[in-house]
Amino acid sequence: MSYFERHVLETLIYLPMLAALILVFIPRPQKSLIQGISIASGLALLIMSLYAFIAFDYDGGARFQLQRSYPWLDQLGIAFALGIDGIAAPMVLLTGIVSLAGTIVAANIQRDNKDYYILLFLLIAGVYGTFVSMDLFFFFFFYELAIVPMYLLIGVWGSSSKFKDFDRPKEYGALKLVMMIVAASLLIWVVIIGIYVESGTGSFNIETIMATIDQPGRFSETFQSVMFLMTMVGFGLLAGMWPFHSWSPDGHVAAPTSVSMLHAGVLMKLGGFGIIRIGVMLLPDGLREWALLLFIIGTINVIYGAVSALAQHDLKYVIGYSSVSHMGYVFMGIASMTAVGLTGATLQMFAHGIMTALFFTIVGGIYERTHTRDTLVLNGLASKMKWGTAFFVIAGLASLGLPGLAGFVAELLVFIGAFQTQPILGALGVLGAAITAVYILRLVGRTFYGERDKKWDNLTDLTPREFIAATVLLVPLFYVGLYPQPLLRVIRPGVDAVLAGLGA
Amino acid sequence: MNVDFSLLIPEFILAGAGFLVLLVDLLVPKAQEHRRNVVTAATAVLGLAVTGIVAIATQIDTGERLYDGLLFIDRYALLFKVLFAGIGIAVIVMSVDYVADKMRHPGEYYALIVFAVLGATLMAESGELLTAFISIELLSFSLYVLVGLSRGDARTAEASAKYILLGAISTAIMLYGISQLFGALGTTRFTEMGPLLTGAGGWNLTLITGFVMFVAGLGFKLSMVPFHMWAPDVYEGAPTPITALIATLSKAAAIALLLRFLAEAGSGSVNEWRMPLAVLAAATMIIGSLSALPQTNIKRLLAYSSIAQIGFILVGIVPNTVIGANAVLLHVIGYAFTNLAAFTVVVVIELKLGKESVADFAGLSKRAPVLAMIMTGALFSLAGLPIFAGFLTKFYLFTSAVDKSLEWLVVIAVATSVISLYYYIRVIREMYITETEDGSKLPVPLLLAGLAWVMFAGTIAVGTYPQPFVDATNAAATVLTPWIGL
Repeated sequence: MSYFERHVLETLIYLPMLAALILVFIPRPQKSLIQGISIASGLALLIMSLYAFIAFDYDGGARFQLQRSYPWLDQLGIAFALGIDGIAAPMVLLTGIVSLAGTIVAANIQRDNKDYYILLFLLIAGVYGTFVSMDLFFFFFFYELAIVPMYLLIGVWGSSSKFKDFDRPKEYGALKLVMMIVAASLLIWVVIIGIYVESGTGSFNIETIMATIDQPGRFSETFQSVMFLMTMVGFGLLAGMWPFHSWSPDGHVAAPTSVSMLHAGVLMKLGGFGIIRIGVMLLPDGLREWALLLFIIGTINVIYGAVSALAQHDLKYVIGYSSVSHMGYVFMGIASMTAVGLTGATLQMFAHGIMTALFFTIVGGIYERTHTRDTLVLNGLASKMKWGTAFFVIAGLASLGLPGLAGFVAELLVFIGAFQTQPILGALGVLGAAITAVYILRLVGRTFYGERDKKWDNLTDLTPREFIAATVLLVPLFYVGLYPQPLLRVIRPGVDAVLAGLGA
Repeated sequence: MNVDFSLLIPEFILAGAGFLVLLVDLLVPKAQEHRRNVVTAATAVLGLAVTGIVAIATQIDTGERLYDGLLFIDRYALLFKVLFAGIGIAVIVMSVDYVADKMRHPGEYYALIVFAVLGATLMAESGELLTAFISIELLSFSLYVLVGLSRGDARTAEASAKYILLGAISTAIMLYGISQLFGALGTTRFTEMGPLLTGAGGWNLTLITGFVMFVAGLGFKLSMVPFHMWAPDVYEGAPTPITALIATLSKAAAIALLLRFLAEAGSGSVNEWRMPLAVLAAATMIIGSLSALPQTNIKRLLAYSSIAQIGFILVGIVPNTVIGANAVLLHVIGYAFTNLAAFTVVVVIELKLGKESVADFAGLSKRAPVLAMIMTGALFSLAGLPIFAGFLTKFYLFTSAVDKSLEWLVVIAVATSVISLYYYIRVIREMYITETEDGSKLPVPLLLAGLAWVMFAGTIAVGTYPQPFVDATNAAATVLTPWIGL
């Protein structure tokens, strides 16, 4: 292993922290310097992530690769252990892509952009840390670290909204989001301590614990069953699981653009990832017991999210509910317990992360120009915002599963997996995709095409910065849609190992 | 009886330093108020620093018993000795500007802090009930005076009266408990009590009342439910640095004594007291967290939050294991850093704005960004979020409890953690989100800014690089191994 290979994973955590630390010492008025450093760090993160992804040996390599371990707290068996498997590798890449796009879009922030970027980089460090940790303590450590900055990011830089019948001040969105996620994360806290004690290994290392699952006397079925349910709710909430999803649309409506991008793009994926990492890998009996429930909830997520999106006419609420709907496919894929379904679930996390970040980039751009997100007021923007429209339409088409874009591959795989196990629920999932087509096309038709209101005559198209951010997101959307092989062959060994653990 | 007095050098230095401060106070002319304040403070800090350094330099690897088992000089006592000296220094540094502004008698003030540290140190060392009692009294009397030392303020007078009255009652209860224990067992030494408590006869009424009353007396010092009523009023009325002293020094000393007592005297009978103490821990966490919710004064809020924190600490005492003791000691260290950081910020606010309600923190992120950041860090640490000390230490505490099938207690602890986040976040919301008209910068005294930074750094150090701290707590907890299980 080269020097670079040995240290790439820890660099992914330290680099954003270092960026945050450097920013602390730059005077507040130096706004463009702050932007420059931040975007450069974002670019460096994407390059490092790509490097880690490419360095991952999908062909016969070890399950967890690029491993590093540093002693941290011997008395409790905690080590700063890092490593990625086939499921974490695409998530690392996703984080790199969305981080770069997010730091570029965040350059639009005018007020105190120093503090904003510091918090944003802490969030990014937390997300990377969660994806690459092999130690359950650090997994949880970084998971919480990713949540904490959200409160200030939304509460300080967010926007309050007034609707006809109700108000959504930004503090409301921020508080609801943080309190609900932290409350759920405490279930995970209990699960992690429970697993640690029950495994009897005296270690928090995932590989060490996995080796003991099958030993008699460890991880009884009752234990796994209870723990899995807690894992499912704890992580599921962050992934927008019905009926605990309500923080997600409210949070997105309040959040500034780049926070929405990172949140829907990568933070919600921590939920799905956590269910696979802890629920499926460490509690396989629990999954078998609750698979049907997870399947049903996933299907409800798909339909409920889509129907709710249909009823909304605020752009961010539409995208927020569409996220709830799309995360449902992730649950369905996991619950199918098939290789195809799990692959689809992982790919869906990747595809949805990219497309939803793209959505928010454009929606944020529209909001900054028009100060409204109401689709009843926004009409015919296409003639003024050609590029903005193009990007939005492509994200929309990816969202409704048009072949040639990443979303199609992912959903197709999930459906195949679903039909193999629960054909009826699978069919309902397809119905959800059909509703998605309705609300996306209706939204595009109303907002971008049709007759333009005089109000929008002076509207300007995307700034070069927004254009670049959108392009960063657009490329992988097409690439994965047209040629998903590189991603699939990395995911595959990860999924196979998970299935081997499930005994399927 | 052969006593090696060299083992007690740090304690002698501490006592000497207290008197030296009083002497220095007399030597500086009355008119030079400012000079008197600085010189006496510097003397006290110096005395505490020398104590800490000498304690580390003269440490011994074996545990020594002095005066026929009245005092233990061991690694356990060493940890607390150094911690208490550190807390004393921090509180004195925190006080300098405060005393100049609000107090009349700097010499007495600093000397009493030094004596309080001495009392606390002896509490951590005592291995016998009456020695423990006298140490507690030394600490308590210092605190009684300190609480009432502020210039004519009705709240201070009320707090002081309340603290003395309730303190006296709890003392009486504790003394009665000690007499019962002595009557039933014929000894007051912890290590001799241990085997007797497990004796075949079981626990008779005398023994139960004695045990319960002694622990109740300590529970008062700890503000453990149901002996917590005094805490909010005293916290609010006392001079803020003294509030910090009560929250850290007095609590930590009571923890030190309780942990040692329960380990050395109570290990054999752990099944008798585990469940009642676990219930009290749960009640302390629940009542502390819920009562904090409606508070509008930051000192009252921190009072209730510290009650909840005592509940968390008890979660680590209940299992009666080395890993639990380790977790308790680590939490005490992290909690001291965190609380001192928070109180330093409160002192600045009080000095500059003359008020200390939560609403006075509005717009602090604009007026003093560094203070706002440090306060946020401290509150997140209290709430148990990474990268701060509270995350690791709570994780450690809860892990130790699950080991002994106290899952229900952990679930309550975890649930109250969420509640606590809600009221900590209210303060953060004031600082960062609430808009204010007065956006002028707050001048932060250099000394207080420096102290806040050091405590903030300590909070992060415990949370991110705990090995050196855990090595120290482990050495201390290992002292208890002859009595308690792993």
